[in-house]
Order: sequence, then structure tokens, then C-alpha cells
Amino acid sequence: MTRYVAVLLQTLVAVALAPGLVGFIRWLKARLQGRRGAAPWQPYFELRKLFGKEAVVSHTASWIFTATPFVLFGTSVLVASVVPLIVAPAGRFLIGDLFATVYLLLLGTFFLALAGLDTGSPFGGMGASREMTVVALTEPTVALSIVALALNAGSTSFSEIVSRTLVQPSAALGPGHLLAFAALFIVTLAETGRLPVDNPSTHLELTMIHEAMILEYSGPYLGLIEWGAALKLLVFLALAANLFMPWGIALSLSPAAVAIGLLSFVAKLGALSVAIAVLETRVAKLRLFRVPELLSVSFVLALLAVMSTFLVR
Amino acid sequence: MSFGTLGLIVMVIGYAAGASVSLLAPSDRAARVLTAIGAAVGGIGGSIAAASVLITRVPVETTFASLVSAAGGIAIRLDPLGAFFLLLVAIVGLPATVYGITYTGEYEGRHSLRLFGLMFNGFLLGMSLVPCAANVFTFLFAWELMAITSYFLVMTESQHAETRQAGLWYAVMTHFGFLVLLPMFLMMAPGGGATAFADLRTHAALMSGPARNVVFLLALVAFGSKAGLVPLHVWLPRAHPAAPSHVSALMSGVMIKLGVYGVLRVVVDFLGAGPAWWGGLVLAAGSISALTGVLYALADNDLKRLLAYSSVENVGVIFLGIGAGLVLHSYGLHALALVGFGAALLHTLNHACFKALLFLATGNLLHEAHTRNMERMGGLIKGMPQTAVLFLIGSAAAAALPPLNGFASEWMVFQALLSGVQIPQPDVAIGAPLAIGVLALTSGLAAACFVKAFGISFLAMPRSDGAARAREAHWSSRAVMGVLAAGCVGLGLAAPRIFDGLFRIAAGLSAAASSASPPAVGSLWLAAPNGVAQVSPLLIAAAAVLAIGVPMALVRLRGLEWRRADTWGCGRIQQTARMEYTSSAFAEPLRRVFSELYRPTEDLSINVHPDSRYFVRSITYTSAVVPWIERAFYDPVASGMRAFATQVRRLQGGSVHLYLLYLSGALMAALVAAWWFK
Repeated sequence: MTRYVAVLLQTLVAVALAPGLVGFIRWLKARLQGRRGAAPWQPYFELRKLFGKEAVVSHTASWIFTATPFVLFGTSVLVASVVPLIVAPAGRFLIGDLFATVYLLLLGTFFLALAGLDTGSPFGGMGASREMTVVALTEPTVALSIVALALNAGSTSFSEIVSRTLVQPSAALGPGHLLAFAALFIVTLAETGRLPVDNPSTHLELTMIHEAMILEYSGPYLGLIEWGAALKLLVFLALAANLFMPWGIALSLSPAAVAIGLLSFVAKLGALSVAIAVLETRVAKLRLFRVPELLSVSFVLALLAVMSTFLVR
Repeated sequence: MSFGTLGLIVMVIGYAAGASVSLLAPSDRAARVLTAIGAAVGGIGGSIAAASVLITRVPVETTFASLVSAAGGIAIRLDPLGAFFLLLVAIVGLPATVYGITYTGEYEGRHSLRLFGLMFNGFLLGMSLVPCAANVFTFLFAWELMAITSYFLVMTESQHAETRQAGLWYAVMTHFGFLVLLPMFLMMAPGGGATAFADLRTHAALMSGPARNVVFLLALVAFGSKAGLVPLHVWLPRAHPAAPSHVSALMSGVMIKLGVYGVLRVVVDFLGAGPAWWGGLVLAAGSISALTGVLYALADNDLKRLLAYSSVENVGVIFLGIGAGLVLHSYGLHALALVGFGAALLHTLNHACFKALLFLATGNLLHEAHTRNMERMGGLIKGMPQTAVLFLIGSAAAAALPPLNGFASEWMVFQALLSGVQIPQPDVAIGAPLAIGVLALTSGLAAACFVKAFGISFLAMPRSDGAARAREAHWSSRAVMGVLAAGCVGLGLAAPRIFDGLFRIAAGLSAAASSASPPAVGSLWLAAPNGVAQVSPLLIAAAAVLAIGVPMALVRLRGLEWRRADTWGCGRIQQTARMEYTSSAFAEPLRRVFSELYRPTEDLSINVHPDSRYFVRSITYTSAVVPWIERAFYDPVASGMRAFATQVRRLQGGSVHLYLLYLSGALMAALVAAWWFK
């Protein structure tokens, strides 16, 4: 029972932390680019503002459009409850493993793409088409990274992967792990709509992917979508952090362990956000038709990760 | 008399009566009803027989040795594997039958519904008898009955040239498969006139290695052509769109699965699996089918052809499971191999359910919007809200989204492939991650494909008058689709329990693995072979309802103010359907990424004003994707046949003297032959 409460609490922490993470990356980027930038907690104000506003729904839109924000937010919360964030209880997690996580995220994306098409706006359709292209092309990389991790742990279960890495730290520093980390990092950029695949702060509809799909959303609906997207970013960063560098994660539910877990979680997220912010100030957006090349690079990295794990075994 | 035998008798009588009585029906309307009654009785009988065998695990056996005794008589044996496929016929057959009553109403006065009733019941009877057959003659008879009746069903709307062409392709490919079946059975037969499957099984165990390899290859080609493995899939995207929608549902949901049945029966049951390269070949064929199937589905604008290509993809996924099982079996990892076979069976069942649902829903679209072209649809969610929800459930299941049934079986196939890394030989084991990559790419592309299928046809604004006027179809067709949709959800939630049963069916096939126990843990958790990775569709569903419902309730409680307005349009005055994203536009990025596979032909012609080339009068752009696989494989065969036929035509000189010469020559040859062989 306490395990379920712990998982529920860490999910709520993740939900609360997610807008702050986005705000932090924005603030850091502004600083790196020589601007003052809004404070890191700005997204919380934006959410409050959006939830107080009236929503405008297109005449052509159907129930898909109004249901999607909840589906997207709900699947993000669900995924956040499945992945190890602060505590990693032994045995199985609530409902599933790594593959289940990937497919739950796909469920959210599926509905978001439908909502993009629902309004009949050409921008929404364009965003939906591009988003599904990028997602489809990232799937094999995700799967192979999972395999590379599963080869070490002998399972696709999160707790097994985390505990195996903690027991054998030498495996975590092996080439297979590092290559898989690199592959998953590129996937994180692509799936969460960061540069160089998509530009989260673009104002030109023709270059948008994620922003084009949600162009028609306003008010509380937009708030939910922004929140869900921030949570998705947090989950991906948490995956990259905890599957490859699980040190500090709480294995027991004692207050001291949980405190260390929380601190290390925030520290790891901070480090990865710095990496993203630096990367986003250094690189330009790729042309859409160059994105598959980047994704095939990540696929090859994941394949090499699997190969090297075989060789090392 | 056991329930099994009774069920089989009711089944045969029902179908046979449905076939013959509908032929004598006084009116078209009566023919429609009689067809359905016969088919429904047959389907209920079949499901009773299948259920009793699946529950008791005791096979039902009967022989009618005196019937067609020259060919070995009729022999029936329904074991759990056969019962599973017989149940599949009923699961899709009963909804399709009820759906057909109203759907065929459109044919009244235009096509013979009496003939249709004969063929429809004959088709169901053929498909039901294939998994019951216990000797070569019965099997081939049922197989051919299924092929011929389905040919006539495909040809229902034969006034279209496209349908006639599809029928030709179908007839040729299905008989090519039949032609390959004959030497396969001949090689396995022990001689002395013994053609019972039990004799074949004992003889197959004694055969030499090369002979077994040949039998395996023949089985893969013959059954692969029925299942729609690439490159033998060419008939599928032609015949499925041409057939009436409920027949397409049966062909896609059940008939092509009998190819899967054939492979399992011959390769696993008779031959008892073989060397690792068999599994490797099946994995390769599965990978190619899955990937090419989904890529062509993605590029197609014809909704029914899209679904047909998606069937090619799903057959590929099923064969990935079988291939994983064969490879693991060859390394003695029997329990893991059974997970592969079980996953293949689970996906067979799940695909039958969601593909039947999608084909029936498409039938409603076709009936209302009068087009199969998605670029003429749009906005149907307003006129047909219930059909839209049902189609969405089918699409989500086809895209393997949790907690629906497609997810459960793909998860099991993933785990079966993943256990391939436990093979001690690294050069073989490395194939497992590659297959996993292919399967992951396939499922990502399938999600894109079904976003397109649902989003372009149902959402936004109607692109034609037909789509704007579309209304819900008859309640009975929506009711049967509702049953299938409930099946998609139920099979997903109950997947652990069902997988348990399918694992046991697979265990019954192979003597070496019969003692293995399934990895399932209770009815809640679907477990990987090692038992560590687990997933619970039921808990996912419960958690999803909570995670989506709680925010929804909170937002609603706070009070959600909203109003309607126009879609934002960069200052346009009015939004029209021509501004929407189309099906081709949606697939364009992926078409560019995989342009090497599609090799689209593009034609752009710009008509400018004679005075100045800066004033454009009209722009015409056409682009078509002709699958190069078909051209590469079938064009040489077709042109070779045509050249040969031209040569043969020279014999037809038209002169009586020439024909007299032929006659005397043939007579002489016959006499010489008689003298020589005496």
C-alpha cells in the first residue's frame, strides 16, 4: 500500500515540477543568448492565466478536439506514474514496462494529431502529418535503446534495469549504455519538440510541428496541453537520467532515502536541462527533410549500442 | 453424441441449407434473409463445435470413408488449433452475416442475390472445413471451395473493369497457391494411398533433411500466398477493395488467416519445426511484409485498399511471431518458442476482430458517401457519430494503442522477439534486435496510417456533397459493429487469460514442448517469458480512466467557459474544404523519406498566359505510386506468358488441312506411345 502512495506522491511531484522545468530551460536559454528572460516560474503564471480564460472552439471541430487535451494530459500523468522518478520500488511498477510507456505516449500523440486535423486548418493538418512522421521514425530507435538496456538487465521492467545498473556500475559505463543514452537523447529532442527537430519558440507557422497542431487551442484546453507537453519533457529527461544514471534514486521509502532521491532527481534534471539549453543556443533548426537523417543517426547509435552489448557479453 | 459432433453437423447443415435454399428463394428480399439464416445457423453450430473442443481439449473425429472413396474419403478431425480457427470463422462470420442483410439490399435488382447467397454460404462452409480437415482430399476440397466461392464473391460488382481485373489476379494467385500445395502434400505422403494427416505426420518425421526443407519452402509459398506475404500479396490490395465490404471483412479477418493455420499445421505440427534458417526466413518474410504493407497503406487514398495493405502488415507481424518461435524452437528453447507461436495466434485473433470492424465501418462510409477515396470524404463524424466512434476504436486497436487488443498482442510479439537474444550464438541472436526495430517502425507507421485513415475521412469539413449528406446506416449494422468494437476492448483487457489458452494450444502442437507452462501470472498480468517484465491492460485501462477523468472532472467543476468561432485563417474571409490537409498531403513527408520504395511518378504541367509566363492559368499535378515490387516480380512473368501465348497461337492456322494433320499426328503419337510403353 505504501508503495502505491509513494508512486502517487512522486507522480504529483512530477506534475507540479514540470512547468518549472520548462521555465528553467527558457530562462537559461535567454541568459545564454544575452537576454534577461522571464523568471523560471513564469509558466505557472501562464497556466493560471490560461485556466482563467474562456476557450474558443472552431465551428468545424468535433468532440475529438475537446477531449484531446484531457487524453494528452492524462497519458502524460500515467506515464509519469510508470517511470522511476524519485523512488524505484522493487518488483513491478503500477501497470507496465518500457514498451507500455512508449505505447502510452503514442496514445497521446495519436489523439493530438487527430485534434490537429479536426479543425480543418491547414496548419493543424501540417503539424499532424509532420508529428506522425517524426514519431514513426523515432520508434525503432526507442525500441532498440530499450533492447540495449534490457540486454544488461535481462528484462524490460524499469525496476530491474535500475537495480541491475546500481548493482553493476561497470555495465552502466560500458559502450552499450553510453551509445544507447546518446540515441535516447536525440529521441528526447525529437519527441518533445526541441531544437534541432522542432522549435518550441517559433512564430512562423510553416516551420512548426508541435505548435502547429495546437494552434487552434485556447484557454484551459491550451493550458492542459502545455502542461501535458511539459510533463512529457520531464518524463523523457527522467528516463534518460534514471535508466542510465540511477545513482541517488531511493530504493527504500525511508525519509532520508526519499530526500536524497528528490535532491538527486532535481540535480539530474537540472544537468540535462542545462545540456538542452546549451544545445538549443548552439544549433539551428534542421530542415524537415533533414530530420530523418538525424533520426537515422540515432537509430545507428542504438544499433551499435545493441551490437556492443552483444560483444561485451 | 458429443457437443462437438453435434455442432459440426449443425454447422454443415446450416451452411448447406443456406446455400441451397437461398438459390430457390422467391424474391431477392427473401434470398437475403435466407442467406443470413443459413449462415447464422452454420456459424452458431461452428462456434459450438469449436468451443466444446477448446474447453474439453478432446478432438472431435469422424470419417466418411465411403464418400468419394477413390480419394481417401472425407475425414474430419477438429483439434484445439483447428477449433481456434473455426471459432475465428464464427467470430467474424456472424457479424458479417447480420451486416450483410441490410448491406446487400443495395444489390437488389442489380445482381443476383440468390447466387450471392449460394456463394456466401459456400465460402463460410469452405473456411470452416479447412481447419477440420484430416486428410489431403478433404483439405484440398475445402481449400478449393473457399477459393472458388470467394472468387465469385469478389466478382459481385463485375460491371466495373477494375473488379474484373482484381478477380483475374485473385484467381491466378489462389490457384498458384493450390498448385504448390499439391507437391507439398505429395512429398509428405508415405505412399500406398495413405493420405490421412496422421500418416503424413509420421512420414514427415522420417523424411530426409533436404526433402523436409523442400516441403517447408513449398508450404511457405503456398500458404504465404494465401496469407498475403510480400511478394505474394499482389491479389490482396486488389481483391479486398473490389469485394462487398462484409466479404472483405471475412477475407481479411479469416481467409488470409487460414494461410497462418496452414503454416502452423504443416511446419510446426507435421514437420515439428526445423533448422534455425527456417525461422530466419519466416522472420525475414514477416519483416518485409510488415514494413512494405504499412508503407503502401500509408500512401494509399482508397480506404479499402489502405485496410487491405494494413492486413499485409498484420500478417507480417503474425509471421514475426511464428518466425521467432521457429528460431527459438531450433535452439531447444521450447517454452520461449511457444510464446512466439502464442503471440502469433493472439495477433491472429485480434487482427480478425479489429479488421472486420474497420471493413464493416468502411462499408457504411461507402454506402453513404458513395466513394472509397478518402480525398472525397471528411466531416463524417457529424453525420455518422456512432460509426465514427466505432471506426476510432478499430483504428486505435490497429495502431496498437493500449489498452486495446492490438497492443496486447504486439507487446507479446515484442517479448517473444526479445527472448531471441537468449540464443547462445551471437550471430543468430543479433537478428532479434533487428526484427524488434522493424516491428517498432511498423507500429509507428501504423499509428501514422490510422491517424490518416480516421482523421482525413471523419474529421474537419466534408470534401464532397456525398460526404456532407452522409447519415448513419441501419441500426443492425451499427449493432454488430458495436459487438466487434466491444471485442477489441474485451480481448485487450482479457488478453492475459486468452494468451494462457493460446499458449496451451501451441503447446499441443509440438511434442517436445508440451510440458512447458505459460509465463502468465494470474488473469491481470501479461508477462514476458522470463516473467520479470509485466504489463496489465486492465490496470492500464483503469489508470487511464482515472488520469483522464479526474482532470476532466476538475476542469468541469471549476466551470469551463467556451464559445464557438471560425478556425483561424490568416485573415481569409472563408474557410473551405479545399484548404484542408488531404490524404496525399498527410502522407507526403513519409513518402519523401521512403521515396526509394515508392518511386512515385510525378507529372506537373503549368498552363501560362500566352502573353506573359508570369500569369498562370492552371496548374495540373498528378502523382501516382505504382508498387515497384509488383512490377519487378510480376511484369516479367506476365510478359513471358503473353509471349508464350502468342507463340502457341501459331498452331491455330485456321486451315482445315492443318487441323487434319494435327489429328493424324496425335493419333500416330498415341499409337507409338501405346506400343512403346507396353
